[in-house]
Amino acid sequence: MTIRAEHEIHQRRKGRNIGVGLMLGAFVVLVLALTFVKITSGDFEMPRIEEGQ
Amino acid sequence: MTDVSYQHQAQEGEASLGDYFALMKPRVMQLVVFTALVGLLAAPVAVHPVIAFASILFVAIGAGASGALNMWWDADIDGVMKRTVKRPIPAGKVTPDEAKVLGFALAGLSVMMLALSANLLAAGLLAFTIFFYIAIYSMWLKRLTPQNIVIGGAAGAFPPVIGWVIATGTMSVEAWLMFALIFMWTPPHFWALALFMRSDYDDAGVPMLTVTHGRKSTRVHILVYTVLLVALAVGTAFTSIGGPVYLLAALVLNALFLKGAYHIWKRDEAQSEADDYKVEKSFFRLSLWYLFLHFGAILAEALLPAAWGIWA
Repeated sequence: MTIRAEHEIHQRRKGRNIGVGLMLGAFVVLVLALTFVKITSGDFEMPRIEEGQ
Repeated sequence: MTDVSYQHQAQEGEASLGDYFALMKPRVMQLVVFTALVGLLAAPVAVHPVIAFASILFVAIGAGASGALNMWWDADIDGVMKRTVKRPIPAGKVTPDEAKVLGFALAGLSVMMLALSANLLAAGLLAFTIFFYIAIYSMWLKRLTPQNIVIGGAAGAFPPVIGWVIATGTMSVEAWLMFALIFMWTPPHFWALALFMRSDYDDAGVPMLTVTHGRKSTRVHILVYTVLLVALAVGTAFTSIGGPVYLLAALVLNALFLKGAYHIWKRDEAQSEADDYKVEKSFFRLSLWYLFLHFGAILAEALLPAAWGIWA
């Protein structure tokens, strides 16, 4: 008996990996968008660095 | 030999992405997203669309985490009840440990991200809601008291409060009115379900009111809670989140809901069995529309400034 190269499990794994990859990509884009909105909003202030520090 | 064991392992240990998604109770997530969004939009503070989208998404992920943790904890009774036997764990698609790890990971992620996207109070409320649903409801009360649904309903009632807090950063009477609406709606909704899902809760040993106090008492409880809910739902029309659109919707929906509860109270088991729980089933279906349309009306009041002007 030989092990088939393409088992149904491979398709399932592939679908899962693509799904996780897309979600991680979307998460990165979302965090990027959130950061952009936060730092361009009116009430955003950069942390002050005291002189001499 | 190797081939056989390989296939066996494949069927047990390889869930698809859809199985993990099912673990997060997508239908409950829909309700959470909708009510949290209404809470956010009904608040008197405008939120940037990106922040609103991200925050509601993190609330939804938190709700999904609760669903996964609930399925992990309740895997034993889910396997006994007809209604839940096809869930991913009893169906053998996902292991309880996977559900537990996914649930805790998503819970932590959602709370941290909500703190960053919105504010600490909203994140704290989300954390408390997850804790309440898992520790207080699933682990403690569900198998202990027939009031499980009443107290557990609080977990499902928090999303509009979280939505409101995302926008305003504070809690107010209006947010708690939306909380009360879901809180009072939950018992009649689930008790109607318990009436026509006859043997499910008995088989699982869950002390639903139908099991501990009998079916007649459950019918009385449905009517009493409905009367209290009607007063609350109609009264909300005269607060700042209400208005003419809401009042009209509330009057129609509450008249129908009260009529349904009255018919349930009037009937006995023989009548219900004769028509296969027709009235109870239609009351349950109406309860879904009831909540959706009440929150839809609150949303309409928030999005129709003209309506506000006339009412004010």
